[in-house]
Amino acid sequence: MTSVATGGGPRVRPRKLPLFYVLRKTLAAFLTLLFVVVINFFLFRVLPGDPAKAFSPRGRNADPTRLAEIRRDLGLGLPWHEQFWAYLKNLATFDLGESWGQHAPVTRIIGERFWPTVLLSGTALLLAAGIGMWLGVRAGWRHGSRLDRMSSSAAVTLYSTPEWLLGLVLLIVFSDLGLFPSGGMRDPRSTLPAVLDIAWHMTVPVIVLGLVYIAEYSLIMRSSMLDERYADYLTTARAKGLRDDQVRRRHALPNALLPSTTLFFLSLGFVVSGAITVETVFSWPGLGLLTYDALRGPDVPLLQGLFLTFSAGVILMNLIADLLYPFIDPRVRLS
Amino acid sequence: MTATTPVVRGRPQTARSIARARRRAALAAFWRGYRADREGMIGLIVLVLFAVVALAAPVLADADGLSVTKATGPVLASPSLSYPFGTDDAGRSVLTLVIWGSQISLLVGLAATFISMVIGTLVGIASGHFRGLGGGLLGRLTEWFLVIPFLPLAIVLATVFPPDVPKIIAVIIVIGVTSWSGTARLIRAQTMSIEERPYLERARALGGGHWHQMSRHVLPNVMPLVLANTTLTVSIAILAETTLSFLGLGDPLRISWGKILDDAYSGAVISTRSWWWVLFPGLAVVLVVRAFNMCGRAMERILDPRLRERA
Repeated sequence: MTSVATGGGPRVRPRKLPLFYVLRKTLAAFLTLLFVVVINFFLFRVLPGDPAKAFSPRGRNADPTRLAEIRRDLGLGLPWHEQFWAYLKNLATFDLGESWGQHAPVTRIIGERFWPTVLLSGTALLLAAGIGMWLGVRAGWRHGSRLDRMSSSAAVTLYSTPEWLLGLVLLIVFSDLGLFPSGGMRDPRSTLPAVLDIAWHMTVPVIVLGLVYIAEYSLIMRSSMLDERYADYLTTARAKGLRDDQVRRRHALPNALLPSTTLFFLSLGFVVSGAITVETVFSWPGLGLLTYDALRGPDVPLLQGLFLTFSAGVILMNLIADLLYPFIDPRVRLS
Repeated sequence: MTATTPVVRGRPQTARSIARARRRAALAAFWRGYRADREGMIGLIVLVLFAVVALAAPVLADADGLSVTKATGPVLASPSLSYPFGTDDAGRSVLTLVIWGSQISLLVGLAATFISMVIGTLVGIASGHFRGLGGGLLGRLTEWFLVIPFLPLAIVLATVFPPDVPKIIAVIIVIGVTSWSGTARLIRAQTMSIEERPYLERARALGGGHWHQMSRHVLPNVMPLVLANTTLTVSIAILAETTLSFLGLGDPLRISWGKILDDAYSGAVISTRSWWWVLFPGLAVVLVVRAFNMCGRAMERILDPRLRERA
């Protein structure tokens, strides 16, 4: 493996990832995750005042047994390095503690709600990445054309709209028409097969998330395309006598795709925000709605677990992007 | 450059007066470019209108209209001549709420942006200037904050914020502390390219310290970029305020656009189909955020030579 890292001449496409590159990226992702763990631990414990009082449901006049319970859950009273060590040890065995609101292990609650979120956000994301890129490439290539002006203007407007606001408006419109269910993932009274029922419940939330993500992705793709527009290699391609759309597809697009890929993955944090608020509006039983419910308490162990899950998800996706990058771009290799 | 520097009559030209004149000329050139940008001017006009509404709120609408107990209107009335934006479930005029809400929404947006820009600029310049451990650590910190999803972090921060701090200040700090990383990355890259230029080598050779280099040479050169980025950050901050309010993490005692929308959502706006209760505050948010975006994009176009068009 290591010989690959030092071998490969300039024209050899990397078939295997250099081990050093993989290790470096994995270590960086691990450090980011560790930073999240540290934030997660200290924010909830080392703030001024008595955290137990701040988090207890009735504020300052909470009953003493409940306060004692919260202090035990947070491990207050022990020196902080012992608390942190205990926290790390639990984390290593995926023990995120017990939820205050639901009296069940946080890991199990999050596990149950995980797939609905992946289904909803994933569908919206895949649709949006495809449509957004298609739009962005065309808009950027014909800078200032009618398509460009219309799609950019619509994209900036959508980009300026909170996802949940769009959801709320569509929910009012559609509930007036009675075409789509007003929330949830399944209807127990429905006679439809489960897959169709879920798809029917998903339609409006996917449209809402999809529209906002399309806006984001088409703007990213458009600006990458604008950067490539006057590159010398495109003049060469044109001089060879290629037709305009051949130049676009074979030469400009592959190069514009590279900076966009990084930005697509960096924007996943933005996808998480959309999931939290839109799931709330449509009562979609995923991690987002769980976050909203955990805030009511506040259910601190559950919130901590959710923050960790969302962050770990985004960090993992970014790592995957980093590892795929050398395959997409043969220029990025060792360094 | 020296050819365009106006001669200050009667006074000897100091380095400072030359620099000031040059900056004034650059600002005038920027304004000429900005005035020619249609999108930017439309955005600016919309923003000025909203600023006037926010400042003139006491004149435009009676503050009593914000109180649930003093409200006089009918409950959930659709828009009419006496209530152009309709009323909410307590009989308050939505128009009054939107007018007063603009104060809090704009205030939170601007104040949070200020915090975000200060942190982002400081971290960006320092991480670009200092090579070695300190700069590397700051660069890492920026990357960490870029990757960590914004809303979950803001939720966690807002939850653990000391309860004795007024909620509105807590919201401002939470948004400011979570939204600086994009700015820092931008400023860092710009600082690194400025550091390569000869005048910084000259400053170093003449014995200028780190502070002198950063404040006198790097900062003035990244400033235009900071300003363009500020307008884009304001739009993010206003969106963040609305979203946090919607999740119930805002200030429950002060009316902001997000608070109106949250009230509408929890007040059965869907079952009663009182669309006006969502539409008008929603439009206000979208208009202001879009206007800030338009101004920011226009400024970027003028400042970024790559976008300045060969066409």
